[in-house]
Amino acid sequence: MTGFPILSLMLLVPLVGAGLVLKANREQARLIALIATLIDFVLGVVLWMHFDVGGAQWQFQERAALFSGFEWKLGIDGIALLLIALTVFLMPICIGASWNSIEKRAGEYYAAFLLMETLMIGVFTAQDLFLFYIMFEAGLIPMYLIIGIWGGADRIYASYKFFLYTLLGSVLMLIAMFWMVNVAGTSDIPTLMAYNFPVHAQTWLWLAFFASFAVKMPMWPVHTWLPDAHVQAPTAGSVILAGVLLKMGGYGFIRFSLPMFPEASAQFAPLVWGLSMAAVVITSLIALVQQDIKKLIAYSSVAHMAIVTIGLFAFNTQGLEGSMLIMLSHGLVAGALFLGVGVIYDRLHTREITRYGGLAINMPYYALFMLLFTMASIGLPGTSGFVGEFLSLMGVYAESSWVALVCTTGIILGAAYMLYLYRRVIFGDQKNADAAAMLDLDKREWAMMVPLAAVVLWMGVYPESFLAPMRKDIAALEARVAPAKPKGDAQLKLGVAQPVGAAAHEEAAHGEAH
Amino acid sequence: MSSINVIVFLPLLAAIVAGLGNKKLGLIPSKVITTGALFFSCALSWPIFLSFLGGHAEASVTPVLHWVKSGDLDFLWALRVDTLTAIMLVVITTVSFLVHLYSWGYMSEEPDQPRFFAYLSLFTFAMLMLVTADNLVQMFFGWEGVGLASYLLIGFWFRKPSANAAAMKAFVVNRVGDLGFMMGIFATFLVFHTVSIPQILHDAPAVLSGSTIGFLGYRLDTATVICILLFIGAMGKSAQLGLHTWLPDAMEGPTPVSALIHAATMVTAGVFMVCRLSPLFELSPTATSFVTFIGAMTCFFAATIGTTQTDIKRVIAYSTCSQLGYMFFAAGVGAYGAAMFHLFTHAFFKALLFLGAGSVIHAMHHEQDMRYYGGLRKKIPLTFFAMMAGTLAITGVGAFEIGFAGFFSKDAIIEAAWAKGTELGHFAFFMGVFAALLTSFYSWRLVYLTFFGKPRWEQSEHIQHAVHDAHGHDDHGHDHAHAHGHDHHHHDEHSDGTAGYHPHESPLVMLVPLVVLSLGAIFAGWVFAHAFISEGTGEFWKGALVYSEHLIHAAHHVPTWVKWSPFAVMVTGFLIATYAYVVNPAFPAAFVNQFGFLYRFLLNKWYFDELYHFIFVRPALWLGRVFWKVGDIGIIDRFGPNGAAWLVAQGSRGAVKLQSGYLYSYALVMLVGLVGAISWVIAQ
Repeated sequence: MTGFPILSLMLLVPLVGAGLVLKANREQARLIALIATLIDFVLGVVLWMHFDVGGAQWQFQERAALFSGFEWKLGIDGIALLLIALTVFLMPICIGASWNSIEKRAGEYYAAFLLMETLMIGVFTAQDLFLFYIMFEAGLIPMYLIIGIWGGADRIYASYKFFLYTLLGSVLMLIAMFWMVNVAGTSDIPTLMAYNFPVHAQTWLWLAFFASFAVKMPMWPVHTWLPDAHVQAPTAGSVILAGVLLKMGGYGFIRFSLPMFPEASAQFAPLVWGLSMAAVVITSLIALVQQDIKKLIAYSSVAHMAIVTIGLFAFNTQGLEGSMLIMLSHGLVAGALFLGVGVIYDRLHTREITRYGGLAINMPYYALFMLLFTMASIGLPGTSGFVGEFLSLMGVYAESSWVALVCTTGIILGAAYMLYLYRRVIFGDQKNADAAAMLDLDKREWAMMVPLAAVVLWMGVYPESFLAPMRKDIAALEARVAPAKPKGDAQLKLGVAQPVGAAAHEEAAHGEAH
Repeated sequence: MSSINVIVFLPLLAAIVAGLGNKKLGLIPSKVITTGALFFSCALSWPIFLSFLGGHAEASVTPVLHWVKSGDLDFLWALRVDTLTAIMLVVITTVSFLVHLYSWGYMSEEPDQPRFFAYLSLFTFAMLMLVTADNLVQMFFGWEGVGLASYLLIGFWFRKPSANAAAMKAFVVNRVGDLGFMMGIFATFLVFHTVSIPQILHDAPAVLSGSTIGFLGYRLDTATVICILLFIGAMGKSAQLGLHTWLPDAMEGPTPVSALIHAATMVTAGVFMVCRLSPLFELSPTATSFVTFIGAMTCFFAATIGTTQTDIKRVIAYSTCSQLGYMFFAAGVGAYGAAMFHLFTHAFFKALLFLGAGSVIHAMHHEQDMRYYGGLRKKIPLTFFAMMAGTLAITGVGAFEIGFAGFFSKDAIIEAAWAKGTELGHFAFFMGVFAALLTSFYSWRLVYLTFFGKPRWEQSEHIQHAVHDAHGHDDHGHDHAHAHGHDHHHHDEHSDGTAGYHPHESPLVMLVPLVVLSLGAIFAGWVFAHAFISEGTGEFWKGALVYSEHLIHAAHHVPTWVKWSPFAVMVTGFLIATYAYVVNPAFPAAFVNQFGFLYRFLLNKWYFDELYHFIFVRPALWLGRVFWKVGDIGIIDRFGPNGAAWLVAQGSRGAVKLQSGYLYSYALVMLVGLVGAISWVIAQ
């Protein structure tokens, strides 16, 4: 595969597709879009098959000079590979989800989606700081359009809010990037990842990047755009928003904040922990009282993303790998849940929880899929949700038992709001005749659900497939942050010499020692 | 492929086939597949157990698949078989097979049978994964897997609001325990750098003695922290005091489920865990004291509630809770063998009691309230004999080394508690003896109310319904109702309290499991006592749990009054129940009048549900609303994006004309501006 510009090709295919569908009618547009995304998916599989696990850190590198100092520089490591795989896997499903539900301006709609796919893959492949920035920010534009044009009743407010939040962060990040390029003399990301910025400067740089990534993630308290965006976005928009766009924040932390500013990361770890703890508890409680299905899942996303951030800022292998796995798993599971909401929304045109009930009676297979995804969302072992959550929390326990304890309460609250949702929508008796008359999944919906379910179980039972490609990159990252890493609170003391302070605590330990 | 693979994965396969095939597969094939799978698992499990019993089997581990490798954390899917597992294998597969069989009859009118049987088999698989776990994470997998199956089965009748609420409660309360379990695994990994159980147990004495760890800002004994965290998990799953509230509600599930999950197997997982990790617990006297205390308190507290409940299944549920308390304080005082033995015998007699209760409920047209039973002895004689066997076993009838199953295991626990010799051991002893008195009382109360006296059926709505339906016009089949009494013609004679209803003995598929379990309840103690709890059984356990020859010796030489006190209270309880429900039936009402407060306190289950509702559920919902309406909307949005919007709107009145109103143009301007800005900076 060496020399073949597969990454550029993966960027090009959806872009060409976008151009083709723009003026096409609805039937042609969706077909072209499906073909383009499937080609990209096949390319993604080829990419993974030719990725040398345990080989060079950066693979499939391409570079070409562009105008005025810009450079077209692509390349991936295992972390990027996995996120690209997630993107190309979800895109055909998004097209499928839009198949019948998008009627107005379909050509433009699919063009926006395909453009977004190019930009998302661009984010994960860019090796030039500014190339990354452009992809990162431009990726918002199609999303902004999707919500603003094909969204629900309150779409203008939602898209506006979305725009305003993300703009704020990105301006600060851009300024920081200028500074970095000036100081380091290069915009090459791999080089910057090994560059040691002065510690005092790191503080400011870290904060500037944090402003952008925290919004994208989103972290509490800059999360309030997400519920609105999700509620207003069409189904496929929600899937891709939860599935991939939120992962850009996490990717940013892994690619920039941690390796480029390790000292500042360690210094600000308590801030991240604090916000994450707040997010887990607060947004979970908020999810508990929601009446709108999409809003509930949106709030649950904030809580899950908080476990990603504590895993990242645990500075150890389990935490980092766990965070990556949560990102992948959440991409699949939240995507699948939004897809599930879309399935019933297409039939009844409401997201109001109380309008449903007893769907297990007339839609048994739908109920089964939703059960699987609900369980994956609350981290049942054997599903994808568990492995990442478990590793992340285990990672952060080594840093702080308090953080681990507070964040682990997420498993209780998560079970409460998700099962409460399941109980009201799927279980119970049929309350409304129109909800009771809804048909079970059709072939198109089966075709979207089955791959998601299969991967969710695969990742839960044999996560090694997903851990192996990133192992070396995570190890490198861990080595990079290790010197700055804060000392954990466990401070295990072995052996016979009983510390004076502890003697009073436990008669038990006392007895053992003598 | 070794037989353990078949034992564990066959039920999973059956569950998948029956679950996905569902109604397309048909009722009979799905029942045959699941029940057949369990029959094979059961048939393969007994030889394993017997070979351990014979002392010529060695512990083995069968790897299945790599699971997770992350840094120095590395664990597999693997199936461990040793003495402890072998015991659990026969308990699980035997009871599960019998419950599958029983359900053929009990669930026969249910249209959703494939789903039910699929869940049962899925549960069995998860439980088997739990007991064959070689590492803590796989144990957690089984732990949560049985939780899922329990959730699905409690909520099996998902149209019923109460069943849904109970299912959810079971899952969420268990998750509170799981929080402890997970934290325990984290702490274990931090200390031992492994989650492999044999490795942990091997390293524990060297690593933990005298070691301390920081936890939540305190510096504590490492072994204590780990053990108590893990034990919190056990408390959730085994419904111990504080985390017990889900178990009585779980009775919303079909009765065979209660027998399998909420009596014989799943709820004993906590006891299994403590026994499995017994070398670890032995390193922390604080933790074992805690286990003893919680166990003793639970056995007492649950038994007090059991005396006042009127729902037949709830009485047995509290009885289960109480018996689990016995197992825990046995483990707490170091008599792990006795704990496992009680788990073993209890599985038989408690499953028997539940299935017997199911047979009564089946006969009484889904009436569960004992106040509307009475006089059933002659109507359903086989069920009566089975329930008698169960009652004799649970009350521990026996003397001079001959008796029913519970006699051997419960007495062994009570004696061991005394023999421990510590104050807490004595406390557990008294609690255990007092609970035995209550156990005897409520068990006989159940028997008298159900089988003796005059029929009180006419007050039951279910019975009236049945009678009405039988003579009614058309049988507009309301769900889950079994129409009995079709052959009845003389319903005008109601003065005998029967309302003209004729209970029927259950079909053969339900009676066979009752008979088999009765044999277990009668003989399991006598046959296996020697292997489990006599001196010199170290070669049976082969190090699968901590075995203290010294404690067993001491337990065999406790003072005579200690030895006889369980017998004395058993007889006393029987006499009180006989007096109150046979000799002088007015006595209970008089007692209630006299001690109304106590009665209400017990009837309302010590007000735990009300308390939890008040301190957890309501504040959680209230906080959720406040964080949402005040926090997100009132503060963050108001001063964040909305405030910014307001400012922009104020400042840009003049710029309005520039705005075309098309989103496209905003987007384009944004992108062009962006590229322009970067180009400008770089080009400089």
